[in-house]
Amino acid sequence: MERPLTRNIRPDEPPLALEAYRRVGGYEAVRKALAQSPEAITQAVKEAGLRGCGGAGFPTGVKWSAVPMGADAPHPKYLVVNADEMEPGSFKDRLLLEGDPHQMVEAVIVSGFAIQADHAYIFLRGEYTLARQRLGAAIREAYAAGLLGPGILGSGYGLELHVHSSAGRYMCGEASALLNALEGGRAIPRAKAVRTAVSGLWGKPTVVNNVETLCNVPHIVNNGAAWYKSLGLGDAVGTKIYGASGKVKRPGAWELPLGTTLRAIIEEHAGGMRDGVAFRACLPGGASTAFVGEAGLDVAMDWHGVQSVGSRLGTGTVIVLDDQTCPVGMLLSLQRFFAQESCGWCTPCWSGLHWVASLLHRFEAGQATEDDFDLLRTQADHLTKGYTFCGLAPGAMESLASGLDLFRDDFMRHVSLRRCPWRA
Amino acid sequence: MATLYVDGQAFSVDPTQNLLHECLSLGLDLPYFCWHPALGSVGACRQCAVKLFRDEGDHQGVIVMACMTPADDGTRISLVDEQARDFRARVIEWMMAHHPHDCPVCDEGGECHLQDMTVMTGHVHRRYRFPKRTFDNQHLGPFVNHEMNRCIQCYRCVRFYNDYAGGTDFGVFGSRDHVYFGRAADGVLENEFSGNLVEVCPTGVFTDKTLKAHYTRKWDLQSAPSVCPHCGLGCHTTVAEHDGVLRRVQNRFSADINGYFLCDRGRYGYAFVNAPERLRRTSLRNAAGRLNLAPADALLQELCTRLGGNMPLIGIASPRASLEANFALRTLVKPENFFLGWSAVEDACARTMLAVARGIAPLASLAEVESSDAILVLGEDITQTAPRMALAARQAVRHAAFAKAKALGIPVWQDLAVRQAAAGLKSPLFIASVDATRLDDAATECWRGAPDDMARLGFAIGRRLSREEAGGETFPSAMEGFSQRVARALAGAARPLVVTGSSLGCPALLDAAAHLVGALRTLGLPAKLALGMPERNTMGLALMGGESLHTLEQATQKLPACALIVLENDLSRRIGEAAADRVFAQAGLTVLIDHKRHAGVERADYVLPAATFAEESGTTVNHEGRAQRFFQVFSPPDDIQASWRWLRDIGRGLGREPCDRWTALDDVLHTLEETLPVFHGLAQAAPEATYRRHGLKLARKPHRASGRTAVHAHLDIHEHQPPTDCDSPLTFSMEGHQGSPPGPAIPVFWAPGWNSVQALSHFQREVGGTLCGEGPGLLLIAPAQQVPEFFQEIPPAFVPRDDALYFVPAWHIFGSEEQSAGSPAVRERIPAPYVALRPEDAARAGLAAGDTAALEVGAVRLRLPWIAHPELPQGVGSLPVGLPAMPWLMLPAWGAVAKASR
Amino acid sequence: MLSEEERRDIEREAPNYATRKALCIDALRIVQGHRGYVSDQALQEVADYLGLPLSHVEGVATFYNLIFRHPVGARVILVCDSVSCWIMGCERLLDRLRAHLETDVGGTSPDGRYTLLTAPCLGACDFAPVLMIGETLHRDVTAETLPDLLGKGG
Ligand SMILES: Cc1cc2nc3c(=O)[nH]c(=O)nc-3n(C[C@H](O)[C@H](O)[C@H](O)COP(=O)(O)O)c2cc1C
Ligand code: SF4
Ligand code: FES
Repeated sequence: MERPLTRNIRPDEPPLALEAYRRVGGYEAVRKALAQSPEAITQAVKEAGLRGCGGAGFPTGVKWSAVPMGADAPHPKYLVVNADEMEPGSFKDRLLLEGDPHQMVEAVIVSGFAIQADHAYIFLRGEYTLARQRLGAAIREAYAAGLLGPGILGSGYGLELHVHSSAGRYMCGEASALLNALEGGRAIPRAKAVRTAVSGLWGKPTVVNNVETLCNVPHIVNNGAAWYKSLGLGDAVGTKIYGASGKVKRPGAWELPLGTTLRAIIEEHAGGMRDGVAFRACLPGGASTAFVGEAGLDVAMDWHGVQSVGSRLGTGTVIVLDDQTCPVGMLLSLQRFFAQESCGWCTPCWSGLHWVASLLHRFEAGQATEDDFDLLRTQADHLTKGYTFCGLAPGAMESLASGLDLFRDDFMRHVSLRRCPWRA
Repeated sequence: MATLYVDGQAFSVDPTQNLLHECLSLGLDLPYFCWHPALGSVGACRQCAVKLFRDEGDHQGVIVMACMTPADDGTRISLVDEQARDFRARVIEWMMAHHPHDCPVCDEGGECHLQDMTVMTGHVHRRYRFPKRTFDNQHLGPFVNHEMNRCIQCYRCVRFYNDYAGGTDFGVFGSRDHVYFGRAADGVLENEFSGNLVEVCPTGVFTDKTLKAHYTRKWDLQSAPSVCPHCGLGCHTTVAEHDGVLRRVQNRFSADINGYFLCDRGRYGYAFVNAPERLRRTSLRNAAGRLNLAPADALLQELCTRLGGNMPLIGIASPRASLEANFALRTLVKPENFFLGWSAVEDACARTMLAVARGIAPLASLAEVESSDAILVLGEDITQTAPRMALAARQAVRHAAFAKAKALGIPVWQDLAVRQAAAGLKSPLFIASVDATRLDDAATECWRGAPDDMARLGFAIGRRLSREEAGGETFPSAMEGFSQRVARALAGAARPLVVTGSSLGCPALLDAAAHLVGALRTLGLPAKLALGMPERNTMGLALMGGESLHTLEQATQKLPACALIVLENDLSRRIGEAAADRVFAQAGLTVLIDHKRHAGVERADYVLPAATFAEESGTTVNHEGRAQRFFQVFSPPDDIQASWRWLRDIGRGLGREPCDRWTALDDVLHTLEETLPVFHGLAQAAPEATYRRHGLKLARKPHRASGRTAVHAHLDIHEHQPPTDCDSPLTFSMEGHQGSPPGPAIPVFWAPGWNSVQALSHFQREVGGTLCGEGPGLLLIAPAQQVPEFFQEIPPAFVPRDDALYFVPAWHIFGSEEQSAGSPAVRERIPAPYVALRPEDAARAGLAAGDTAALEVGAVRLRLPWIAHPELPQGVGSLPVGLPAMPWLMLPAWGAVAKASR
Repeated sequence: MLSEEERRDIEREAPNYATRKALCIDALRIVQGHRGYVSDQALQEVADYLGLPLSHVEGVATFYNLIFRHPVGARVILVCDSVSCWIMGCERLLDRLRAHLETDVGGTSPDGRYTLLTAPCLGACDFAPVLMIGETLHRDVTAETLPDLLGKGG
């Protein structure tokens, strides 16, 4: 099985330095890309069917195609790597950044070339200090080797790459809010009246992509779209970094063919549940996805498969809830996070999420009534897509709405016992 | 036009607008918060949700925010859709979850947009049972009160204050449900437009602090449409009174003038009307030289007896008095004895302004300033002298951003998207000024120079535009470079504008500006000129015509035989106290008609208390030559009456025609129209007193104005008859028409279910557009059809002197205007007297930081603290004008400066 | 005035951005790096140095989680309290920390060595529960290993 994204990554070993990375074929994609037209790269990415791994799954080549190209395109153009990774339960980008920083740099150069970006930013989560050091070292090496800066490898294409270390806010991961953060402001989302591909950072054409999304690009350039497609299972294309956390035997992250089943991830790769606990449900793609119960385990973890059981692939990192853990408490932990991280821009989000967290806390404290359950429902119904300004609150409601369905009895036990049944 | 289907009904709408804008324009009730007609859409509050259907067959639909959705042709929406209604109710519930429900003690209560929207969505039951968040409030200075707990996080305040008005000392802090709107620390809100927060905030976070000091609910206020008396722009205001006290001033929308916003001087300058020290009683000087109260009738009789049949009368008019008052004076004293109550410099400037406007430069309204796509400000510090114009100019620089947005397919109402796409892109705004100004941050480039050098700059630009030699004059290279850039920008614009004014007392500057406008018009561009003028009726007085005080001073030999009548004028502010004293001393007899107590009161033999703008109706002419009617809001107490009535009474006593026949304002207006053709049509500037709507006069009080009977029921159960108003179509009561009268006569904006200022949209043809029944106004000045010869008199370059500095006047929004300076809140913002010097010049004079400067300007000696203004040109200093604590100075003038000995 | 070093660090970032305003967040982090937290004074200095309104800088400073506007201890402990760590028992960890450091979340230990904060998911859910002490991430933290971590000073 091919694992292009993680092939150079060894647990608890430092990443490959430039020479070693080159020895295993690193930066070949840069050479190949520079010999082609930018449009050809975009076309290849489109053909490969690469979709965004930041959670929304938007086709990457389509996004790039919206960038104005040619002699009278506005400049500078920007490529931004979304390395904010603050979604609870997600830890795949950290693996790529710490494990193979040169792959990230190469991905930036090749992708930047495709849209003819002049500057690229890696918008890095502030707490990722190790990733920052390693990326910094890789970028220095790349500059020294003429892979970054003006006239890359003697070509007419130049690119400056900067790392921006975030001051911490989940909203920064939302692509348009991220741009406001890069501009030195509050990370408030932007209206979707205009595509960032046309007017983004400082009003210039800008593409924002997730770390994992971009890391695929050099491999597509090296091996072609057909190869990339062949990596997936069934209709799915490419590989995906899946992860599992919670009370499984071997929590971790693995690069697997896209379309691997949820059951395979939890039972084979994560080793199944720890002794003494049993599987209850899971969030298949991070905190912003809906619960999937036992019945949904055989679904293929790809863009369509997970949707068929009412959830989403999201970031592909599974959070497992076991039968010894209080689902209400888990929801409280999730919703406290979302309420805390709301940026304060739109009413449903800043007020509604606070209310949700307060209500869940009341259940947890054994003070809730059945009415409070209905109130939670009302909130969940009205904090969904289209009602709010951005995706934060709707994402938050995925776990809540499904949790209210799945764990109604648990909620009611909190009401009737006037305490959390899971606490002594 | 496009077709919009709302709940199955077809409407014709403007496709360049959004759905909310169009629904409100159609008069439909759709609640909203974060959207504002002048601030555009940002989609934050989520209150304006409607159901949008794909096509006729779609019955499912999706929820969209009306303010964020274009009103494209064929759009189908529903406002009554259950899902949409339900969501709107949720939004209010979320807002109210953190709102303190303190309406009974909130100043906004009864005129609160949040209250209105809560009622509109039907939210009556509280389900949120957790503690509400609380915040500390800030002391924001004398104008605005802060009560953060009431905030609903709609972001309007910060969008107005920072994005729209360019404020920098206000912001948004924190996040999630703990967002705080205020300053980084307690302190005075520095922006000149801070008072608009009171109207922009849809709830009671920001309220009018001066109203708080004599608080009255909206439904107990008596209101009238008025015109701001504090500068020459003539912004429309609504003034409100209760119980003989003027309580507040609010913005009164006008599409051509002030739109939705007022400056703080206009909003907070009103309280001079209530000042205990103002003139209220008739008084006369006795033999011992003391001023004694005297009943009006007796006083008038005595005065007329003394004037006898043939004592010549001399009248001194005033640019702060109405046309009617000035005309009454002119009629009484005869035109040859009628003097415009201003100095030679003021006269020269006023004449030049009128001449250029009639000659080559059409005058711009504030709306036209805002729509200009390239502006040169030549010499006038408009933030201080014509504040609302500065706000308009600040918006004008956005045209480049609008153009870029359009090219990107972003509708201009998408406020933040447009700002983000613009990334600081600005239309050209060039500022030439003596010193740094508060508009500089919006400018493309600034240039500093002495007044004459700015005039030269104007000619240098004009020469580039007309490619003439300008008399072989050469200009320094820095000036050439700047003028080249300005010329290129102006010539490349579709609607170029030159802004100047009279505040520097430099007619050459006005000539230069006119020359420039002429040159641009010769190029075929619709260039306009915008003028800053210090007083509300400067243009009106200039149109009336007459000689200046200078001429009067030349003719003092005839004064002793004459009776001098001074109309609403503090002569010491025009020609200095000494000269004013001389005039008073030489006159055989003096009559002063004014509301303000000033030095003249101590000199006059007869003092007649005049009505202020709030106590009389009348007409003034603003900077663009627009005649504007302001209406009395209450009957003044004591002996106070409109100046023209005092003059009429004297005329009657003396049997003078035609003033003895005047009984109502319209009588004066009609005589004025007949006598002076320039004022033809003046009476129609607003509905006349005979105007009726459904047979009724217009009520100044709202329906709910609580009982005249009830308030004083413990004393007297009789209803007192309200005074009658023969001067206007309005009544002093709630009896009368309450609907929507013609624009200039709307006493208050109110519509069923819309108790806040946002009711305004019910009075507009379309939201943000002109008021129903509001014409273009009466413009009295039109430029000549043919562009005549340009002015070509280029002043010589300014040459700094070793022994003296050239002092220019520095105007202050708070302090330089005499009426507003009498309001306690404004008084708190008046700077202490100072002299501003360029640090090098100060050093040459031996001044170190903290030293006191000794000045000699003309005959006046002064000791003042000095402050460093590094942007002043070499050899030029500046002195504040008009501050109550500053003596009068004839400026600009050369003066000596040295370090004061202890 | 910002120190020589602070200014140098800020200027090193300057070429990365199209505007001075964009330096705001980096500048705050740099100053915090030197001084531990961003005092009112420091905030004003950053505003003055970048030519930005104080209100803007404060708006930014109060928005982001990792800008501290109050004094902190010598080291800041960030305990992940998000979902995976919550499942794996971060609450017990927090209780231990509260007792050990004699302070609640948001407070500083009496000896001034540690400030205890919670953090959203630290992206190491496969090693939950985790916490950061200063710049260093500690994985699979248990009540047993905790004293050791604190003893070493992180
Ligand atoms: C609240 C919120 C947080 C997000 N956080 C992240 C993130 O941390 N990393 C990320 O790549 N995408 C995140 N996204 C998704 C981005 O908005 C965007 O879709 C993504 O970066 C695009 O990259 P992709 O097309 O490569 O997936 C977030 C979205 C929302 C609404
Ligand atoms: S203070 Fe007023 S204007 Fe500002 S966000 Fe709150 S409610 Fe809106
Ligand atoms: S008015 Fe439309 S979202 Fe606020």
